[in-house]
Amino acid sequence: MHESGDVKIPIGPQHPALKEPESFLISLRGEKITASSVRLGYNHRGIEKACEERTYTQGLYLIERICGICSHSHSTCFVQAVEEIAGLEVPARAKYIRTLIAELERMHSHLLWLGVAGHEIGFDTLLMYTWRDREVVMDLLAALTGNRVNYGINTIGGVRRDISSKQKEEILRAMDILEDRTKYYIDLAKGEATLIKRLQGVGILSHEDAKKLDAVGPTARASGIERDVRKDDPYAAYAELDFKVVSVNNCDVYGRTLVRLGELMESFNLARQVVRKIPEGPILAKPPRKIPAGEVVSRYEAPRGEDLHYVRSNGTEKPDRVKVRAPTLANIQSVSKMLEDRYLADMPIVIAAIDPCFSCTDRLVALRDAESEKKNTVAWETVRLKGIEWHKNRGTDFTSLNKKLTRLFQHA
Amino acid sequence: MLKAFFHILIFPGLLFLFVFGFFAEYADRKLYARFQNRIGPPWFQPLADFIKLIAKEEIIPEEADVKFFKLMPVLALAASSVAILYIPIWGEQAVFSFNGDVIVVLYLLTIPTFAYFLGGWYSRSVYSMIGAVRSLTQLFAYEVPLFLCILASAMLADTWSLSGMVRFYSQHIGYWFCNIIGFGVALICLLGKLEKVPFDIPEAETEIVAGSFTEYNGRLLAFIRMSFNIETVAGASLLAAVFLPFGLNLPPAAAFLCYLIQVFLIIASISFLRALFARLRLDQMINLCWKYLAPLAFLQVLFNLTLKVVLPR
Amino acid sequence: MSRPGKIARLLMQSIFKKPATLNYPAQKSGMPEGFRGKLKFNALMCIGCKMCMRDCPSGAIEIRKIGEKQFEAEINLAKCIYCGQCVDSCLKKALEITAEFELAKLDPAQLKVILNAGNTENPKG
Repeated sequence: MHESGDVKIPIGPQHPALKEPESFLISLRGEKITASSVRLGYNHRGIEKACEERTYTQGLYLIERICGICSHSHSTCFVQAVEEIAGLEVPARAKYIRTLIAELERMHSHLLWLGVAGHEIGFDTLLMYTWRDREVVMDLLAALTGNRVNYGINTIGGVRRDISSKQKEEILRAMDILEDRTKYYIDLAKGEATLIKRLQGVGILSHEDAKKLDAVGPTARASGIERDVRKDDPYAAYAELDFKVVSVNNCDVYGRTLVRLGELMESFNLARQVVRKIPEGPILAKPPRKIPAGEVVSRYEAPRGEDLHYVRSNGTEKPDRVKVRAPTLANIQSVSKMLEDRYLADMPIVIAAIDPCFSCTDRLVALRDAESEKKNTVAWETVRLKGIEWHKNRGTDFTSLNKKLTRLFQHA
Repeated sequence: MLKAFFHILIFPGLLFLFVFGFFAEYADRKLYARFQNRIGPPWFQPLADFIKLIAKEEIIPEEADVKFFKLMPVLALAASSVAILYIPIWGEQAVFSFNGDVIVVLYLLTIPTFAYFLGGWYSRSVYSMIGAVRSLTQLFAYEVPLFLCILASAMLADTWSLSGMVRFYSQHIGYWFCNIIGFGVALICLLGKLEKVPFDIPEAETEIVAGSFTEYNGRLLAFIRMSFNIETVAGASLLAAVFLPFGLNLPPAAAFLCYLIQVFLIIASISFLRALFARLRLDQMINLCWKYLAPLAFLQVLFNLTLKVVLPR
Repeated sequence: MSRPGKIARLLMQSIFKKPATLNYPAQKSGMPEGFRGKLKFNALMCIGCKMCMRDCPSGAIEIRKIGEKQFEAEINLAKCIYCGQCVDSCLKKALEITAEFELAKLDPAQLKVILNAGNTENPKG
């Protein structure tokens, strides 16, 4: 795939085009891209393993911090899974509050994406304006939940904070301001010639390719696939709310922009509906400390696509296995397809168009034998022993390392 | 002799250019920020950046050609500084002038682009090589319209000397209006020469890190940024002298003030255009320049030629 | 339909409007009420059950006995993730969260604060 005569340019792990580390190797001939390959794993932090050492409540805060932009998505997906295993019935008011925060998160994520897309094509003015408007949402979230990112509003069995009527008025006012600004951005996206020139015809992913490569989220909805977990498999309060699934047939980055702008408008409607329809009642159903044994797969429509959490419990207060499949992992395989036969100048916007969140993506998938092509999965303990063996063979001195570690733990 | 040294080193030579270059960078960044509804940097920011860069350690990559690497920023700085000596600043007469100095000024303002190309090529890093090749490709696109517009103006004035042109236009102020297409085209091409959005393709931060200047740091980067500022001042002065010949037949102090205002207006329009557009791709930029700008420039030349033939002198 | 420079009007308007950014730290905007910042400990209400220590996701809080029915809390500001779970877990509502968020220090030893009955905080050591 990568020919030897071409210039090979490394994009990443550190590159101004990427907000998070990931390695793309691109072969160029002049300005045309001939081949590209992806290498993941730079943001692996061992979160799934760390969840097994913590109780469900502690693990909830850890899962929330997988990513800063889609933190509520991961938190709600996990908490929904645990509640289903425990058979807890979450009160309706808590479900509505979760939906409200989810839609606010979608708004802030899409406005952030607009700014990042503007920056990648050199249109810094769009970055500054959309991030200024994003501050309206961030201030609202800080007033509602207590933090601008990593909201911490979920807890097993419900939510931790309630919304007052004064806050409801603030929400409605903020929605009016934002709707006004978003209409201007839609106008701009349809009317600004340099923007359209950079975004149209770039990063084409046809309908069949999107189905074959299993794209999710706005990436798939821009290629005509109408897939949205909020409609297909409603969770939280979505079954009782009225909204449209936005999808277009452009199949390029411009289509993805239009899909995200359309989703912003739908989010404003949803937030207003929640504020009007929210029922009175409790916000928490007290959970047990020990969750009974069981396993659940939970799905959620994050701003970037479909987010999957798998939780298996064994009757203690710590989970047995937690597995997270983020939407970017499903979308990243289509990047190579989209970059075929394009110019180098299109590379940043194509990568940005799938809205990559590599912090969400890097989880361990499978182990592949280096010599043969066999794949197998091994237990954690085997991996740990293999690692110790490897270091011993290289001559690493464990006694001094152990001394340093004990000294470190004494001071911490 | 002493007067020559004064002109070269102090005014309008190096010291004046340094100070005015800092002011131009400050005005550009402040206006850019205000257009985006932000506060922007304080007035001493460009000076602080310059001092910080000079104080930093210089790291030269192992595979780079050290001679070229170190020489190119100095060459760019020198070439753009010399250009100002031929542009009238405080009246109708520049410091030095002779018949044909329009060509020399245009040539001197092209040398920095070659210097950036060679500096980037000899840095031998993938990003700088791509950036260097891009800057040369961009040169082929915007040079022709820019040269044609300025030479069209010179043709109408019937002289190849900048000072002569300024004298002609000050006397026949109505002829300023004939060059208005040329002014628009030259302003867009100046954006290309100064590598600002929408033509900042050679230095596209999100695609090739910093283009030709990826491996530069320390003192050499300070010189490169300084040469960009001085090129801004020289380019804006050239455009002001050729297309905005107002107030140059007043006494020197008033004429200098008019010159400052004109250069400030051109820098302000550059900031405005910078905030207005997204970055174009290289092939789109070449399309734009050869399909739209070059024919407009040709139109300007034809218009001026017919004017010369038709109107009495 | 589509023309370049559609954003021009907005740019010209912005020149005359107040900028949207602040000159921090000369001008501060503060955080809305309810913002989760530094913890406050009411030593008189604490009974030493250590539920907060059990539920803390990062092990940032430590309750120690300094006398008969007297406890002090040591909080590691660097480890704390300001989630407020300890506030929810406390059976006697002895912990409270304030909106103070400018907690950066130059010396890492100053990041471990001890809160006790005088409600004056002393950095450790």
